[in-house]
Amino acid sequence: MTEKKTLKRFASVFLASSLIVGALAGCSSSEGTKTEGGSSSSSESSDVIKIGANLELSGAVASYGSSIANGAELAIEEINAAGGIDGKQIELVKVDNKSENAEATNAAIKLATQDKVTAMIAPATSGNAIATAQIANQYKIPTVTASGTAPNVTENEDGSINDYVFRTCFIDPFQGIVAANFASNELSAKNVAIYADNASDYAKGLAASFKEQIEANGGTVVAEEAYVADDTDFKSTLTRIKSANPNFIFIPGYYEEVGLIVKQARELGIDAPLMGADGWDSPTLVELAGAEALNNTFITNHYSSQDPEETIQGFVEAFNEKFSESPNAFHALGYDTVYYIKDAIERAGSTDGEAIQKALAETENLSLITGTFSVDEKHNPVKSATVLEYVDGNQKFNSKVNP
Amino acid sequence: MEWIQQLVNGISLGSIYALIALGYTMVYGIIKLINFAHGDVFMLGAFIGFYAISRWEIGFFPALIISMVLCAIIGVIIERVAYKRLRSATRIAALITAIGVSLLIEYTVIFFRGASPEAYPEVLPKSSINILGVNISSISILILAVTIVLMILLQFIVHKTKIGKAMRAVSLDADAARLMGINVDNTISATFAIGSALAGAAGVIFGVYYTRIEPLMGVLPGLKAFIAAVFGGIGSIPGAMVGGLSLGLVETVVSALGFSLWRDAAAFVILILILILKPSGIFGKNTREKV
Amino acid sequence: MKKSKAFWVFSVLALVIYAVVQGLISGGILDLYYQNILVQMCINIMLAVSLHIIIGITGQFSIGHAGFMAVGAYFSAIATMKLGLPLPVGLLLGAVVAALAGLLVGIPTLRLKGDYLAIATLGFAEIIRIIFLNVDYVGGAAGMVVMNMTTWTYAFAGVVITIIVISNFTKSRHGRGAISIREDEIAADAMGINTTYYKVVAFTIGSLFAGLAGAIYAHNFFIIQPTTFNFLKSFDILIYVVLGGLGSLSGSVIAAIFLTVVSAYLANFPETRMIIYSLVLILVMLYRPTGLMGTKEITSLFKFGKKGGTKI
Repeated sequence: MTEKKTLKRFASVFLASSLIVGALAGCSSSEGTKTEGGSSSSSESSDVIKIGANLELSGAVASYGSSIANGAELAIEEINAAGGIDGKQIELVKVDNKSENAEATNAAIKLATQDKVTAMIAPATSGNAIATAQIANQYKIPTVTASGTAPNVTENEDGSINDYVFRTCFIDPFQGIVAANFASNELSAKNVAIYADNASDYAKGLAASFKEQIEANGGTVVAEEAYVADDTDFKSTLTRIKSANPNFIFIPGYYEEVGLIVKQARELGIDAPLMGADGWDSPTLVELAGAEALNNTFITNHYSSQDPEETIQGFVEAFNEKFSESPNAFHALGYDTVYYIKDAIERAGSTDGEAIQKALAETENLSLITGTFSVDEKHNPVKSATVLEYVDGNQKFNSKVNP
Repeated sequence: MEWIQQLVNGISLGSIYALIALGYTMVYGIIKLINFAHGDVFMLGAFIGFYAISRWEIGFFPALIISMVLCAIIGVIIERVAYKRLRSATRIAALITAIGVSLLIEYTVIFFRGASPEAYPEVLPKSSINILGVNISSISILILAVTIVLMILLQFIVHKTKIGKAMRAVSLDADAARLMGINVDNTISATFAIGSALAGAAGVIFGVYYTRIEPLMGVLPGLKAFIAAVFGGIGSIPGAMVGGLSLGLVETVVSALGFSLWRDAAAFVILILILILKPSGIFGKNTREKV
Repeated sequence: MKKSKAFWVFSVLALVIYAVVQGLISGGILDLYYQNILVQMCINIMLAVSLHIIIGITGQFSIGHAGFMAVGAYFSAIATMKLGLPLPVGLLLGAVVAALAGLLVGIPTLRLKGDYLAIATLGFAEIIRIIFLNVDYVGGAAGMVVMNMTTWTYAFAGVVITIIVISNFTKSRHGRGAISIREDEIAADAMGINTTYYKVVAFTIGSLFAGLAGAIYAHNFFIIQPTTFNFLKSFDILIYVVLGGLGSLSGSVIAAIFLTVVSAYLANFPETRMIIYSLVLILVMLYRPTGLMGTKEITSLFKFGKKGGTKI
């Protein structure tokens, strides 16, 4: 009997609460639309332009994220000292995404809704950058990744473009092609091996485009192997590669493993030239592999701090002064990303997300540290790559390759 | 020729696992606890060796000794602070504490010096012997030699000395050992000291051999060493040696056949198969469940 | 009678919470940032409760829970992104496949005990992760891009279903069988309880809801990658259960809520977060090995004058 009573009481509460829900949902439908898109353009404080930086400041690839942050800080300092953008100072809002994609999404949401930034610098690695793309589109916040080189950062699988996502770097296929042409033309490599980091899209993309191009150039891929990030022992696979007798080995991956691979390859008596891409670019690589083992290795990169061009040397000097180290490619890309956004805001003449997006997409012949570029219809900059050679532990400028 | 080279590769990889597994198996043998922190003591050993070599500029062998001594002290502290209270607690509580200690060590190191990797300086002359196209680096011979020497030394300690006898007694039945006048606390601490010193030695040798060290480097080798210890029969010193070498060889064979991406999975498959089919391992004793 | 009352109290509480939060969302007071934290909270609660049934109720120490979460995440994502099935079907599929995985893993491993079981579940979770890492159909290491389809409503419904099913299981014949295994497996066996059966059932249910949590996770975070589901994730789930109390459902819910808030608050200090987490683990084990709530439920705190209250 008591059961029935309680049942009745709860049923009425149930009804009441569902009514409340319905009422709330009903009256808010008009407000709901307002909060959707309206929060993007920050108009409250008109003298400051906020740029969010959603970067890997800790975690596995912290060195990339913090390098980009340093580069961006230098650029913003310069711009602010020169009077800002149309008289407005730039403020950098840094958020750490811990090198995790869920955190990257959270950080993007925070920047969009809490800090209400005008534009965002997207995470350094492609996976994390992709995790922010939908937020950027939803809140109409122009977002530029400094170093997310995978094609699907800007272009979705179905061929559609992420409207609000851009990048400052070239894309992986281009680097692979440059490396393959360098191998065929400069090193006259015929039998090549590929040893790629299977745990990154970046390395897999490079390996695929390299393979395609080297075969088009008449070369043969005699061995194709892969490793997983965080491995420490590569000797068994390297022995396998050695027995295929290649005269050139392409090793797309990150410096943390590549350093060990180069060292162990030389220990096993592999003398062939080795080549990689921008993931090699770190002073730690030289420490891990040893200067001697690194001789006869090459990388493609976004820029070289030894490029004799005047603007580049000016940047290297300014950077050296602020951080007392020589800037690597990530520093340069972070620096350029800020200038890329600044240029777009200036041309748009407003801090409205849609206007900036349009201006970014229409960028033409913008001259920055990592090259002069125009943006193509897939939101990718068309720019040159630099080939560097390691000589006794130092990067030596070899050549510049235009697309 | 390729296969002889692979055999060499497998043995040098396996002797690292064996070195870590020796300490693991001793600690497990005496208190029946998977000491997750063992891999992290290994990491600390590598970093102590690194700072000793690069900051104080001392040679390889003094650095090895310093690292072993400090790791022994750290091991005893861990045991006294975290594990001692839990001897009568449930297995789950002890295991969770071990995981906690492991995470604490890892992230304290990250907190103080960041997560970036460090490159070991070259302390040993780099040379390799080339026999009919097979390259054997001098360091891998050293590792194997050190591992075998330590194994024999351990066998000697456990079977011929007084403290070894105490260890065996405690591992068999701690209460009975206490009644027989054995100081159980000190015996367990001594075991931790020896096991952690071995981990420290493994850390330094790992650093010299592979160059790269970082705060999370102990996690996977720690797990692999545990697998090796289980494979050989946990608690057995020659078992750890054999288990380590076998695991190294298996992983090398998997890679050599072109399945390098499945190498870690292969190690775990071996672990699960052994646990299910023959939990006592190769050299282990079968134990009956007691009520 | 008692059971049904608790059930109704819970349902009404759930409805009220839902109504309030939904009201705040519709009113624009809770923006996406807070909604996202709420969804995360719901996912964590589901994971905590689903592990609670394995560790807290049945006493089987599994540290590979993230593996089942991964299975749920990937299979639901395949269903919605590759096969174009609607989201509810995807969630269901993810959960069911995770349950099957739990069954497959559970049957051989649950014969093991204590730390051997722990290490075996850890091994299985790693194998699952490595499989996803090597299958190009789901994007390999780069992961799978997933549309954001879930809302707070899905996540909350997931939590309600998880709690109802698991608390009912606990109170059922099956639940008592499972608890007897936790208390003394040999005695339970001697009393004629089919211990393997109950262990596998609990493990499968736990995997089912871990899969559901993973499925919701996948559709909330735009991209899923194998590294997300490594054993650190399993430890994260473990700490909810341990902190809340080994055997307390409400304890693990409270711990999950509390730690999600702490984690959001410490978002910019990840190392500090992990140091605090590990210290909490150690201190709780040293000074209160059964966790903060022990095996008590929060409802038992309000049951002072009642006679003959059933203790779970």
